[in-house]
Amino acid sequence: MSERPFLEVKNLVKYFPISSRGVFFKKQVGVIHAVDGLNFSVDKGTTFGLVGESGCGKTSTAKAILYLDPPTSGHIYVEGEAIGDIFKSKSRKEILKLRRKMQYVFQNPYASLDPRMTVAGIIMEPLMIHKHVPKNKWHDKLYELLELVGLEEYHAERYPHEFSGGQRQRICIARALAVEPEFLIADEPVSSLDVSIRAQILNLLGELQDRIGLTYLYISHDLSSVRQISHRVAVMYLGEIVELADTDDLFKEPLHPYTRALIQAVPIPDPKTKRMKSMLPGEVPSPINPPSGCRFHPRCSEAKPECRKRTPKLVQVGPNHLVACHKYRLNIHMCAHV
Amino acid sequence: MKLMEWKLMAPKELLKIENLKTYFDTFAGLVKAVDGVSLEVREGETLGLVGESGSGKSVTALSILRIVPTPGKIIDGKIIYKEENLLEKTENDLQKIRGKEIGYIFQDPATSLNPVFTIADQLTEVIKRHQNVTKKEALKKAIELLRLVEIPDPELKIWNFPHQLSGGMKQRIAIARALSCQPSLLLADEPTTNLDVTIQAQILQLMKNLKDKLGMSMILITHDMGIVAGVADRITVLYAGRVCETADTKTIFYNPLHPYTNALLTAVPSLALRKEKLAVIPGTIPNLVEPPSGCRFHPRCEYAKAVCAEKIPPLEEVESRHYVACHRALEIDLESPLGAETNE
Repeated sequence: MSERPFLEVKNLVKYFPISSRGVFFKKQVGVIHAVDGLNFSVDKGTTFGLVGESGCGKTSTAKAILYLDPPTSGHIYVEGEAIGDIFKSKSRKEILKLRRKMQYVFQNPYASLDPRMTVAGIIMEPLMIHKHVPKNKWHDKLYELLELVGLEEYHAERYPHEFSGGQRQRICIARALAVEPEFLIADEPVSSLDVSIRAQILNLLGELQDRIGLTYLYISHDLSSVRQISHRVAVMYLGEIVELADTDDLFKEPLHPYTRALIQAVPIPDPKTKRMKSMLPGEVPSPINPPSGCRFHPRCSEAKPECRKRTPKLVQVGPNHLVACHKYRLNIHMCAHV
Repeated sequence: MKLMEWKLMAPKELLKIENLKTYFDTFAGLVKAVDGVSLEVREGETLGLVGESGSGKSVTALSILRIVPTPGKIIDGKIIYKEENLLEKTENDLQKIRGKEIGYIFQDPATSLNPVFTIADQLTEVIKRHQNVTKKEALKKAIELLRLVEIPDPELKIWNFPHQLSGGMKQRIAIARALSCQPSLLLADEPTTNLDVTIQAQILQLMKNLKDKLGMSMILITHDMGIVAGVADRITVLYAGRVCETADTKTIFYNPLHPYTNALLTAVPSLALRKEKLAVIPGTIPNLVEPPSGCRFHPRCEYAKAVCAEKIPPLEEVESRHYVACHRALEIDLESPLGAETNE
């Protein structure tokens, strides 16, 4: 892996201010620490999974990466280029060039398609904006895209309400692919779909990666679909990455207590698996006042006094395996002394 | 011999639904949401009602209490609860059953709790309605209920409004409300769908413990095969308003006879191992205004033959308490993704 990664995220921070409801003045009374210092990179042609419970900052991360909701601080590099500078320069040409590279498939296919546009209009809109395909080729491109995502030509004249959830998600994917992107952020693309349709969409994403070499950032709270589709996975908790590893390593040998609890909490469709007796107590704390030290310590069964005081850093514990937990830092510390 | 007899005699049927039909007369046409569903729940048993959206799971549960929203109507069938047909009862009699004999946990705790009343109001309302107690006693009982569903500081939390509580807490309140009169049957409609996995595990464990503690029967509605695997004793699989298969949990998972049951099992990504490609059920869920003729699954079924499009397969008992509605159930050899059952 000497090649430069496609996407690099360095120290990404996203805070949302909370304002009091004053009559004349808005006063900032606090901040929501949605994303707090994220570092990761995504290699070209691979799928990077981002897992966590609701409110842990997965979607905020994705929106910050695309500057749909610009980050508070931090840097994002796409093929070595700092994209923050491009968005700040406000050069429409440059921004469009970037947008063509990176696209987004939104969480809810029922809300992300304009109900008053036909499928043809929806899919051709990016072509009109980016003008990367000559006008007489637009319809060819449209039919090519429809075929790519497994829809029929006659679907082009229909409206979104005539489609089922799975088909809508295919339209969203076709729209994102219209600009021939290299990178696709898929934000819970299957969470609102039925089980029999989920498999179709997951397979489609996999096929597209094989055929056109797409790079994905796959966001989900569903660990089994992440296991199916990702090459590398980051587990998030309250705006921080707690564990980052190759998919097989992570699921075979989860190191962080949170990752372990998360994997154990997934109901396995096999009546013979032993159900765990001990489970994660409590709930995710508020990101307005996150707990001190390790943010997971109030729910962690292995918490020590140290966890309350100091924030653990993400450290390497194996090849391509990083964990943010004092337990492992201590082990390495001891090894170094021996 | 005595023991055998006792075993055969002991589990009594608590609820039996026969050929239930609930239709919705809409502008688009007559939607046959539930079209001939039959199932049974025995005392102390948990029945998992599994199916995708639009398969009629919720409407079946709503029909039991006769609270199907308009324009829905129960057209035909029998719902026999404790040897009495609920469909023949008067509205007044039914109100004595709702909440007291049969508890209901609705799908979305955020919308099933009233936002303008405190938790205390909403819990004592049910208790006062069904039990002859004073306001003070009802409040005491409500606090006891919150303790039962493991809510910390129940004396304080009871004065909260629903918006002050998290999703998991709201679901615990909904469970407390459903259990407030110690029902014999609990209907839980996707009780964990909007919750995170760790919270889901907490709620499922809580429901399982409470069910054993209070000795209730339960119908758990879900689309997640993982959840029923851990909680249900028996499973009924619904597809497009009809029952495909009913059997005990192990049989459903290891020796399914209906192609749809097997497809549901294979289409789910697994945590244990990554598959090269997920098995796919082609097509989409049928429109219930004009459902497919014959077996409703036939357009998506890889084993379908001419007869499947023509005749409706009857729900037949192929083994003891294993019911299947498929013309070819005994001809085809389905292989469960979990492998055949081994008696270890």
